[in-house]
Amino acid sequence: MTTATSQSSEGSPASGAASTGTEPAGAPATSYEAHFRVWRGDTDGGGLEDFRVEVHEGEVVLDIIHRLQATQAPDLAVRWNCKAGKCGSCSAEINGRPRLMCMTRMSVFDRAQTITVTPMRAFPVVRDLVTDVGFNYTKAREVPAFVPPEGVAPGEYRMQQEDVDRSQEFRKCIECFLCQDTCHVVRDHEENKAAFAGPRFLMRVAELDMHPLDAAEDAGLDRKRTAQEEHGLGYCNITKCCTEVCPEGIRITDNALIPLKERAVDRKYDPLVWLGSKIRRRGR
Amino acid sequence: MATGTEPRPSTTGGVREGNRAAIDAPHLRIDRWWLAPAATAAGLLAFIVYSTWRAFSNADYYAAPYVSPFYSPCLADNCRDMAGGPNWDLFGSWWGISPAIIVLIFPLSFRLTCYYYRKAYYRGFWASPPACAVAEPHKSYSGETRFPLILQNIHRYTFYVALLVAGVLTYDTVLSFRDEHHHWGHMGLGTIVFLVNIVLIWAYTFSCHSCRHIVGGRLRHFSKHPVRYRMWGWVGKLNARHMQLAWASLISVAVADFYVFLLASGAFSDPRLF
Amino acid sequence: MAQVERQQWDVVVVGAGGAGLRAAIEAREQGARTAVICKSLFGKAHTVMAEGGIAASMGNVNAGDNWQVHFRDTMRGGKFLNQWRMAELHAKEAPDRVWELETWGALFDRTKDGRISQRNFGGHEYPRLAHVGDRTGLELIRTLQQKIVSLQQEDFKEHGDYEARIKVFQECTVTRVLKDDEGRVSGVFCYERESGRFFVIEAPSVVLATGGIGKSFKVTSNSWEYTGDGHALALLAGAPLLNMEFVQFHPTGMVWPPSVKGILVTESVRGDGGVLRNSDGKRFMFDYIPDVFKEQYAQTEEEGDRWYEDPDHNRRPPELLPRDEVARAINSEVKAGRGSPHGGVFLDVSTRMPAEVVRRRLPSMYHQFKELADVDITAEPMEVGPTCHYVMGGVAVDSDTAAARGVPGLFAAGEVAGGMHGSNRLGGNSLSDLLVFGRRAGLHAAEYAAGADSSDAGRPVVVDSEVDAAAAEALRPFSAEGPEARTGDDAAAAGLPPENPYTLHQELQQTMNDLVGIIRREGEMEKALEKLGELRVRARRAGVEGHRQFNPGWHLSLDLRNMLLVSECIARAALERTESRGGHTREDHATMDRAWRRVNLICRLSDPTGGLAATDPQRGQIDLSREETEPVRPDLLALFEKEELVKYLAEEELSE
Repeated sequence: MTTATSQSSEGSPASGAASTGTEPAGAPATSYEAHFRVWRGDTDGGGLEDFRVEVHEGEVVLDIIHRLQATQAPDLAVRWNCKAGKCGSCSAEINGRPRLMCMTRMSVFDRAQTITVTPMRAFPVVRDLVTDVGFNYTKAREVPAFVPPEGVAPGEYRMQQEDVDRSQEFRKCIECFLCQDTCHVVRDHEENKAAFAGPRFLMRVAELDMHPLDAAEDAGLDRKRTAQEEHGLGYCNITKCCTEVCPEGIRITDNALIPLKERAVDRKYDPLVWLGSKIRRRGR
Repeated sequence: MATGTEPRPSTTGGVREGNRAAIDAPHLRIDRWWLAPAATAAGLLAFIVYSTWRAFSNADYYAAPYVSPFYSPCLADNCRDMAGGPNWDLFGSWWGISPAIIVLIFPLSFRLTCYYYRKAYYRGFWASPPACAVAEPHKSYSGETRFPLILQNIHRYTFYVALLVAGVLTYDTVLSFRDEHHHWGHMGLGTIVFLVNIVLIWAYTFSCHSCRHIVGGRLRHFSKHPVRYRMWGWVGKLNARHMQLAWASLISVAVADFYVFLLASGAFSDPRLF
Repeated sequence: MAQVERQQWDVVVVGAGGAGLRAAIEAREQGARTAVICKSLFGKAHTVMAEGGIAASMGNVNAGDNWQVHFRDTMRGGKFLNQWRMAELHAKEAPDRVWELETWGALFDRTKDGRISQRNFGGHEYPRLAHVGDRTGLELIRTLQQKIVSLQQEDFKEHGDYEARIKVFQECTVTRVLKDDEGRVSGVFCYERESGRFFVIEAPSVVLATGGIGKSFKVTSNSWEYTGDGHALALLAGAPLLNMEFVQFHPTGMVWPPSVKGILVTESVRGDGGVLRNSDGKRFMFDYIPDVFKEQYAQTEEEGDRWYEDPDHNRRPPELLPRDEVARAINSEVKAGRGSPHGGVFLDVSTRMPAEVVRRRLPSMYHQFKELADVDITAEPMEVGPTCHYVMGGVAVDSDTAAARGVPGLFAAGEVAGGMHGSNRLGGNSLSDLLVFGRRAGLHAAEYAAGADSSDAGRPVVVDSEVDAAAAEALRPFSAEGPEARTGDDAAAAGLPPENPYTLHQELQQTMNDLVGIIRREGEMEKALEKLGELRVRARRAGVEGHRQFNPGWHLSLDLRNMLLVSECIARAALERTESRGGHTREDHATMDRAWRRVNLICRLSDPTGGLAATDPQRGQIDLSREETEPVRPDLLALFEKEELVKYLAEEELSE
């Protein structure tokens, strides 16, 4: 998808080259009629429904869905909340690509183009654009929580900025579940859902394993090992779609999943590291 | 209600699974999503064809002072004499075929298990997935959980060996500051080709994800290891360009080999700078 | 009436934002079986939008900070109308609430010595806001969410069921708080958005933590959830609302493009060095420093600029005045014709710090402007204007226990509770409010529930007729033209077509925005009340198509009741208060009147028995009364200089 470069060259945005052919010459209109195809239906079936709908300057796809609701389809189901890319509710697939509807500006599309909006296709559909994202909440519960260090009272936590940077990047996650949606491990193979936590929750494991004060190991929990054995890290074949769709720009693959794989190797496949830790433990 | 389609039988698998939104198309992307995997596959194939030919040809790999990176180090009895070059007869005379095979296996395994190349060939050759949100053709998928793909976990060992290989290639580059009579202090166009190649090889090698982990990524408290933290930062910068470096070094190594081939086969003579 | 499923819990928390989750955690840790009900998915609450930070006087950056200073700032910001006991508890307990988050896994930005870093914010004397870049609210919500998950993991180990002792009912809406024959809370009536199915949760304690009312206004930073549900539920249950006229308009919302108008531009932009300019390029805030703040703010640009580097020897720039002052100033500049092309003013960081620093310190602002407005804030100024942001008014509660007045078993915390912030809230005081009073509400709700079990009267019982009435009310939009609508008061409406709920909502937003907005006039508010009356009658005919399964039109029809109730409270209270104070600005009474400091305005439902039977547009549904504020405790008053108190307190209070 190209960015809105056609806009910046002209004084008024949305009057760019995209309007060619649909507007009377010399009159760059601030609004136009767009062609939308929106998936409507529920668990019993459904299909793409055609709409012609007005689009104004500066709008995003979610605005258009709202206009459809207010004017043509009052019962069109859609999940949304903050409309500013901060809550991660309005996840859907626009022209086949997983995206947040509130962060997809209409100006990135050619005006003559048909815009197809469907629910996320990795999860069971509830109705129209709303899917059952329960899978993610189930997986969230399977990741053991932060283990506070013993003997450190609240207010006495001391952490250096460079030590929290990595986990902070992962905590930018708004849980839009687009990475979970696009990941072919579960998107294309329903049967893997039981064994695979998905990028979002493997990233959560990485976040906790890199947390400077997480005391899981003292409590007998080896996150490096469980990432592989209980959360299905091995299913990830690092094809990076999670990183590609992340609206927060988190480098999920490079910074969370691959480092986690390397940490799992430390535990499970690297005799040198194993030997080293044995010797060090004896030395203590 | 929505334009009617019939309720569909369940468990057709993947995005057409019964409980998901009833859309028959395997994907609805309208951009040229196939371009990237197709280009990747074409590029890798071209390299495979070229390198297979060159590796098995067992000829035209030395033109003093240059030795093809495909044949360095040369470890069998049947190697050409390279006058101070990296030919050490570790394998003896029983080795009958091209000596390149002995050595190429190491950079090959490094690249084969590399996190970037894995993505490239899983997508390009295996269509797993072909592109994001494009349904893959396979019925089942177990990723890297079992043999043989679980072997990808040895990447860090291939990295250690790759360091040795890069060391030898550095040695070759140093040797390229000689003339065809092995006198020091000279430079030809080939020297520049070798220099560019070795810089890219090192950059690619150091940008490796395993390297990033070993250097500092495995630490929990960067603040307690300031030197390793800084090194981790540098490697991280390179690592962000891992893909570009992977391609650049792949091309440069082929170019370096091809340059030696041109010289050795007499098709071209090395322009000497001084 | 079909059988409605019933479940028994000890404490029900309505709302899963910061206050709701903190209340739920506390109630569960006190041993109460706790149900959380929220309209969105778990973890999507509006709290995620909070950017700046959590105000807590930990003194990590400036050791001079302590709870007394924080208390003072809060009272000043609220123009002394705060429930002082709440402000005191808030200032005292906030640091513990922040530190506790760390033990649950929160990762705040750090100081050099490894403590929680704190940043400057409008109205706070010292750097006080614990923060994570500009996504502090997200960190708060995620931490609380993950703490709940960890409690569920404990329960799973013990009982084999994650939801044995704490359960989140996500995407469910409460339409009524139910009461037993003695007037005690007995539970809540809810519907599940996904299926439209009704259910009842029986519980002796209900904690309202539903947030604010912003969706009654057109330009707002609030999300769709902010329809004043908790305010309305409390009113309908017979609890009073306090000082509803105080609505905070955040000075800096985006003004362009239209579809994002109102979305917040965090105050940290100014805290970190951003300045406001008008179309003449002038830093106009220097012209708008009110007398009560003259001593604390820089009078020259030079002094203001020096403050960022050396806050101990310089006064802060007036861009960091409390929000109400800045919002009014921007409003005046735009009115005077010195606004930006899209009707705001310029907020500039691009000339104040290097692009690299902007991107590091304000990442989500950079992102937001780039993605939504195609503006690169490192290279050009932002255009900003006031946006409806927060309601200071709310359910009148007991300061210590967060119990709503007059309804045993009902509690309220967070934005839905009134009083803590007086007439104007300081930035950063919201997140700390959620934690401090969320915890208190959870604690006392759990105690109350335990007490109800051991009391003579026993657990309150849900009355069947109440459930039936609530179900009928909720189903009304599906039969807007049905026979039910043609009886009694609605006779006049018979035969009229159903109203589109989206249209009604838009008209309501426009009315509130234009007539009860940032600057208020008597005549306009009277007109607003008329219009609200008309809308209320029309809203009874709000009809929807389709069925009950995830039907947004239906949901909106039900929310309209709440928005109309709350809007009327705001308009009535605003009409009554003939002065300007904090989030309430009257053009016809432009100054603060010390006599009004002693007056709280209380809204009650006129007809507590008949629910919404009042359909006469003239009469309205709300009764307004005045109440004298409780005198501030002397030791707290002693924290202020006499000269300052003179500006706020009435003569008779000073003499006391």
